[in-house]
Amino acid sequence: MQIPAAFEYARADSIDHALQLLAEHGPESRVIAGGHSLLPMMKLRLANPEWLIDINDLTDLEHITEDGDWLRVGALTRHVTLLESDIVAGHFPIVRDAEKTIADPLVRNRGTIGGSLCQADPAEDLSTVCHVLRAELVIRGPNGDRTVPMKELHRGPYETTVEPNEILTEIRWPIRARSSSAYTKVERRVGDWATAASGASVTMGSGGQIEDVTIGLTAVGLDGSTATRAQDAVRGQQPSEELYAEAGRLAAEDCNPVEDQRGTEAYKRHLADELTRRVLRKAVERLMSTAEAGS
Amino acid sequence: MQITMTVNGDAVTREGEPRVLLVHFLRDVLGLTGTHWGCDTSNCGLCTVLMDGVPVKSCTVLAVMASGHDIRTVEGMASGGTLDPVQQGFMEEHGLQCGFCTPGMMLTARALLDKDPHPTDEVIREAISGQICRCTGYATIVRSIQWAAAHPAGSSQVETPAAEPETAEPETAEVSA
Ligand SMILES: Cc1cc2nc3c(=O)[nH]c(=O)nc-3n(C[C@H](O)[C@H](O)[C@H](O)COP(=O)(O)OP(=O)(O)OC[C@H]3O[C@@H](n4cnc5c(N)ncnc54)[C@H](O)[C@@H]3O)c2cc1C
Ligand code: FES
Ligand code: FES
Repeated sequence: MQIPAAFEYARADSIDHALQLLAEHGPESRVIAGGHSLLPMMKLRLANPEWLIDINDLTDLEHITEDGDWLRVGALTRHVTLLESDIVAGHFPIVRDAEKTIADPLVRNRGTIGGSLCQADPAEDLSTVCHVLRAELVIRGPNGDRTVPMKELHRGPYETTVEPNEILTEIRWPIRARSSSAYTKVERRVGDWATAASGASVTMGSGGQIEDVTIGLTAVGLDGSTATRAQDAVRGQQPSEELYAEAGRLAAEDCNPVEDQRGTEAYKRHLADELTRRVLRKAVERLMSTAEAGS
Repeated sequence: MQITMTVNGDAVTREGEPRVLLVHFLRDVLGLTGTHWGCDTSNCGLCTVLMDGVPVKSCTVLAVMASGHDIRTVEGMASGGTLDPVQQGFMEEHGLQCGFCTPGMMLTARALLDKDPHPTDEVIREAISGQICRCTGYATIVRSIQWAAAHPAGSSQVETPAAEPETAEPETAEVSA
């Protein structure tokens, strides 16, 4: 029977209350959201907080809001809500693609986007999604809000720039015209973490060329950041199979996978290549079909 | 600390340490041993219960986090001696062999049918994809849930099996981990 070591528990009834509790109990206190990463870690003694501050009652952190050029998502928004949201899928199909493959329906009923990003596991699918969408994160602390770009959120595996006395409150995705996106993942079975996964977002220029692109890879040692050489190769070019192949080749070269029970290094590199081609192809196809539907 | 929740319609209040998981609160404190546990690591889904109508893995929810919420376990499925149509379906279509996964499977099925009364087989398979069955190969589970979808009021021909003898003593004592 796996049970966490003893700790104290407090339930926050507002964001300010949560911040106050974190300040009061110091660095040995931890926020708990869905608990689906933290509780398993506590059972294994990989995390041993003295206080858990439960933020599940903070319903103002659970929202999806269109706000001008941004889609704002509360940190406590559950995977299931992101999966089912038509607003999210309309702007960013990559999110639904990814959510379909994250864990299983029961975990998705509890796990949150804020918990996923703060967990900073290198295999976290939503981290790649947020890199690809160039997300901004709103973090609240004793001195108010600060905003950091996604590429500055993670300090390394399982480490973030969210300080012990701060809370991630919101994820903001910029809405861009003539853009679409896709995500695809290879997993051994439902509920497994990625053997490898790839995500991409493309923006079309008026001449049919790919004006802008981001490509992200999960679980292959790119540490969540984007595949810059592949992006440079694609930017400004007309979409074609040859172009996707070139991007795949560069992405596979630039990643740094390690062999584990999910596969060999060579297999994962092969996946990085093939999955990168697929997401680029898919994102462009989606753009074409919405352009046709719109004309 | 004090833990108060509604379990199968009844308000319950008990003392427990914050680290007690919902699955152990239900089994060891309330004596509701119908909720099973297997992996302890949120992988098998045996411990599934409904929290505010939503299936969750009770080995990965603290009892204190469930405080103030509405919990439903397999013991709460039948009402007044009449089985839930999902339970009848599992009898009709042989949805179980050893029965270890069955409480969790039936609760997920109940939640699914409440949301989507006529799911396709594919939707059913997706809904139960976080739960492992080592016996049936899932085919009969899918058929059982389809039986329940086709018989939303159950079937009057199905009799309630004789109630099992009370084996669990509902302890009021504190559980310590
Ligand atoms: C069986 C299983 C399979 C899984 N498979 C996948 C998968 O395939 N892909 C994937 O991406 N994920 C997967 N996950 C992880 C899942 O997505 C988790 O739900 C997620 O990682 C954590 O979200 P949570 O809300 O449960 O976070 P919690 O466990 O509550 O918290 C995780 C960490 O984040 C901190 N935290 C949480 N919210 C905040 C906040 N608002 N501000 C500051 N800090 C915060 C906590 O203090 C803790 O350190 C899986 C999990 C399980 C149990
Ligand atoms: S015991 Fe809870 S998921 Fe296995
Ligand atoms: S009936 Fe035996 S595990 Fe499902």
